[in-house]
Amino acid sequence: MERIAKTVAREGSFYAAVTFFVVLAAFPFYWMLITAFKTNADLYNINNIPFWFNAPPTLEHFRYLFEKTLFGRWLLNSLIIGVCVVGITLATAIPAGYALARLAGRKAEALGIGIFLTYLVPPTLLFLPLSRIITLIGLQNSMWSLVVVYPTFTIPFCTWLLMGFFKTVPREIEEAAIVDGCSLLGSFVKMVIPLSLPAILTVIIFTFTLTLQEFVYALTFISSSSQKPITLGVATDLIRGDIYYWGELMAGALIASIPVAIAYNLFLDRFIAGITGGAVK
Amino acid sequence: MVAITERLRERRSRFQFVLDRPQVLGSLFLSPAILYVLVLVGLPFLLAIYYALSAYTIYNPSYHFVGLSNFIEVVQSQTFRRTLVNTFVFTIASQFLGLILGKFGALLLLRPFAGRKIVRALIVLPWAVPIALATVAWEWMFDSLYSVINWTLEAVGLMNPANAPNWLGEPTLAMICVIIVNAWRFFPFAIVIFLAGITAVPQDVLDAATVDGAGFWRRNYQIIVPMILPIVVVGLIFGTVFTFTDLSIVYLLTQGGPVNATQVLGNLGFQIGILSGDVAHGAAISLFMLPVLFVLVILMLRFIRRREI
Repeated sequence: MERIAKTVAREGSFYAAVTFFVVLAAFPFYWMLITAFKTNADLYNINNIPFWFNAPPTLEHFRYLFEKTLFGRWLLNSLIIGVCVVGITLATAIPAGYALARLAGRKAEALGIGIFLTYLVPPTLLFLPLSRIITLIGLQNSMWSLVVVYPTFTIPFCTWLLMGFFKTVPREIEEAAIVDGCSLLGSFVKMVIPLSLPAILTVIIFTFTLTLQEFVYALTFISSSSQKPITLGVATDLIRGDIYYWGELMAGALIASIPVAIAYNLFLDRFIAGITGGAVK
Repeated sequence: MVAITERLRERRSRFQFVLDRPQVLGSLFLSPAILYVLVLVGLPFLLAIYYALSAYTIYNPSYHFVGLSNFIEVVQSQTFRRTLVNTFVFTIASQFLGLILGKFGALLLLRPFAGRKIVRALIVLPWAVPIALATVAWEWMFDSLYSVINWTLEAVGLMNPANAPNWLGEPTLAMICVIIVNAWRFFPFAIVIFLAGITAVPQDVLDAATVDGAGFWRRNYQIIVPMILPIVVVGLIFGTVFTFTDLSIVYLLTQGGPVNATQVLGNLGFQIGILSGDVAHGAAISLFMLPVLFVLVILMLRFIRRREI
């Protein structure tokens, strides 16, 4: 009897702890969700219980977002920026990662670590000179400035990630292709790349989410509403003076968050493998 | 006709021959990435140092060399000294809190239970979702009038509505808020890092230790902790770098206020260098991050190298 009571107590405290962590992590998103669908009358009445609907849910905030703000435009901007940055990143990081994986010796290793370390150079150190450079090349206040600048952190990260992957592709595959008459380049294009599609897909997803998460450069370079990416637009444009459009803010944040949340969860393990760079064997 | 194609093939193969040298192809493959990084990371970095040593503003773009006087002026400003202390408090407190939450969370998630995948997916959210958007949600939760936190405290009788805290309006509370939001953002990262480390500890090592009579704590502190240390340190360095240099949480929640109580280096550099256009002083402020970054990078290198052994 006593043993049963003990087990129940232990299980109970285990699930209580799990619940605590889930509530801690997810409550702000629940709060986002419920705010986005509440009517203003319901939101701004402190006598209502805030955790649930006291009036029927509404789509009014979403309608406002799409009809009276540039929300649709921000979504499109983010999509364009994301696609372009993915293109630039793939074109540079795939060959670089492959070269670093295959070139032997200390030099190549140092070069790999050097590229990876540039991922740690923070935007707040570079935003001043970069904003001058952006002005010099005539891209100030344009979303194309972000297309130019975002690869500075996606290339190092993705090169490192791909290098780790290419190292797991056995050399024998290329050697066999070369024996069969392929050139070195040909063996890479025809054998290694098709084998690496899962890794390349991971890189595409992460480059895209990194561009969505970025805030500092966007804030620094872009001030006109029509050029903003979604994260910046939602966080800075829906606040007019001191008036916060909380319903619209939360609706916008919700829409922008969902794809990133799903992508992250699907590719989490590969991301961790990349970031720890084989610190664990 | 035959002769022409023959010659063409010959030329093509000579070109191929060059490309078939691993060294040539290697440097050809590496150069775009390295060029990109050199032009848009290396060059701006040098430019930042150059600005910090000049009297450059956006209104008067002269590269008049002024030596270290920008740095001296910055250090003498009381706002800056407060900012520097704030930045350390913000970084250390939120990383510490994040690590503790991460360790406990990882211990919970190690055990298989029904719904573990969903729980993990929910716990990862704060780290996955763009921090600017999550911060806006927190701002709404800290609202001076409609704060859900205050409502709950009041409903359970812990707080009198008359002295409801103004979370973002009082210096100490505002600091606690930005620390909490940052710790909240990083603890899922700490959890996955710990999990990756612990699951990589070979089970047979643990079994052998158990057979030899090691209890839970000895297994924990003499086997698991030393084995996962490299990966945890790498994770911690990541967290520290991104926290120490961050501006988005502070910018969106408090703008550094009230009266610079939550001002951090990144945000101050932004306010002075971008908003006020005083590029020289802004660059000098940002460069004060460098010594800390330098130490962290050296630590990182040591731990990345260690795995080679």
